Amino acid sequence: MNRIIITVVGKDTVGIIAKVCTYLAENDINILDISQTIVSGYFNMMMIVDMSKSSTPLADASQALEQLGEGIGVVIKCQREEIFDSMHRI
Amino acid sequence: MININEVSETNEMIEKENLDVRTITMGISLLDCISSDLETLNKNIYEKIYNSAKDLVKTGDEISRDFGIPIVNKRISVTPIAIIGASACKEPKDFVSIAKTLDKAAKDVGVNLLGGYSALVSKGMTTADKLLIQSIPEALATTDVVCSSVNVGSTKTGINMDAVRLLGDIILETAELTKDNQSAGCMKFVVFCNAPDDNPFMAGAFHGVTEADRIINVGVSGPGVVKTALEKVRGENFEVLCETIKKTAFKVTRVGQLVAKEASDRLGVPFGIVDLSLAPTPAIGDSVADILHEIGVEHAGAPGTTAALALLNDQVKKGGVMASSYVGGLSGAFIPVSEDQGMINAVNAGCLTLEKLEAMTCVCSVGLDMIAIPGDTKATTLAGIIADEMAIGMINQKTTAVRLIPAIGKKVGDIVDFGGLFGYSPVMPVNGFSCDDFVNRGGRIPAPIHSFKN
Repeated sequence: MNRIIITVVGKDTVGIIAKVCTYLAENDINILDISQTIVSGYFNMMMIVDMSKSSTPLADASQALEQLGEGIGVVIKCQREEIFDSMHRI
Repeated sequence: MININEVSETNEMIEKENLDVRTITMGISLLDCISSDLETLNKNIYEKIYNSAKDLVKTGDEISRDFGIPIVNKRISVTPIAIIGASACKEPKDFVSIAKTLDKAAKDVGVNLLGGYSALVSKGMTTADKLLIQSIPEALATTDVVCSSVNVGSTKTGINMDAVRLLGDIILETAELTKDNQSAGCMKFVVFCNAPDDNPFMAGAFHGVTEADRIINVGVSGPGVVKTALEKVRGENFEVLCETIKKTAFKVTRVGQLVAKEASDRLGVPFGIVDLSLAPTPAIGDSVADILHEIGVEHAGAPGTTAALALLNDQVKKGGVMASSYVGGLSGAFIPVSEDQGMINAVNAGCLTLEKLEAMTCVCSVGLDMIAIPGDTKATTLAGIIADEMAIGMINQKTTAVRLIPAIGKKVGDIVDFGGLFGYSPVMPVNGFSCDDFVNRGGRIPAPIHSFKN
């Protein structure tokens, strides 16, 4: 498993999840978990994905999703899961 | 599985509270470079540093991108050059040639600072130690990224007062040689008591002779994260306050541990230590003084400040120690003046003096740091200030340091702007009464009674 956390934060609009998921599907990136909230009009989503079957390097996926986010007015970040595990799990 | 709130908490620390990894520092032993021929020595040093650290900056940037955490500085520390150059250097300018080699090697691999232009003279000076110390003003004036330090005392050995006296002159000479550039040479020079062998922070980093051939040390930071956490427990008692600092320090340190292990794996260099120091920057919200304010003192320097700093430092260590497999370096809270907006405000408000800072250094990790003083301060007065600070370290079995900047041509109240991470500082007044007869005695102060533990 090569688990990556994708976070999407920004103003809510139609099709955010669809666009992100389309990119993931095209690049063989498997979604393991999605959670999402809307706080005072702001869209906040977290995805846990597995990149072990994808031939796209993390750096490239990260850059592509960042650009995709810019196109729809949200901030998309990709980070390896270990940083969150380290901080929040003993 | 990680949940959305945990992810948001981490990312808010990074994006809003200035959480970062302050430095990945690669320690490199230069012992195998030693030659009695100066040219060969310089060539060996350049090659060892270049070959060891050529991937350091690239790897640091890749880790930063993969985890989404800024890694601000990539740096190098080397074996104290007084040892490395002892056989080849016959006069100070020979040592300066090594400083220039270090400068070139550091710039070629892309690191922003290199430490280790150093001498360890806590009990006595060899000829080479003395030559290196004499070369410091020119070495710092003719290089950009080389940092220098001299360890003049320890709990085990006492204080070498000959070295302390000499360094009073050396600091003034360094200030004079770099006066057209805000006496910038002095920013790159630290005097130590009980200097650690594995400190990743500049300007005092060097790779001790007790260390392996190469090592990765990491310095984490997060004054803004601690301050934000404390905002949520305003008015609560000391138990709640201390628990909050501890938990926050744990989280911050875990990130440092992760980055250190990752850097070590990717570079194929053993992991040394994580340094737990809370290191401020001039950025708003990245201030240790602001934490002290949040704990409850109006400005740093007000009554209660030393106690507040003591508890902060202790809780940071308690939280951090469990978060990392190896803790070392300086590990505590840094209280530089120019690099901390809250400290600068406290000086401007008339709340913080050199004397109060000295008291605070009894309980914090380092010492009198990044303080601008009048350029006409006497060398003997500088030596007296250094001796006081070294005595605090020696008696309390802790690291203490002095990094003072005599601002040539400036008087009390003038502003000195060092630029970038070094910040700016109002020139602070120095006690003008003489200590000439004290520092001119010569010799050394014997080791304290509690050093005899065998």
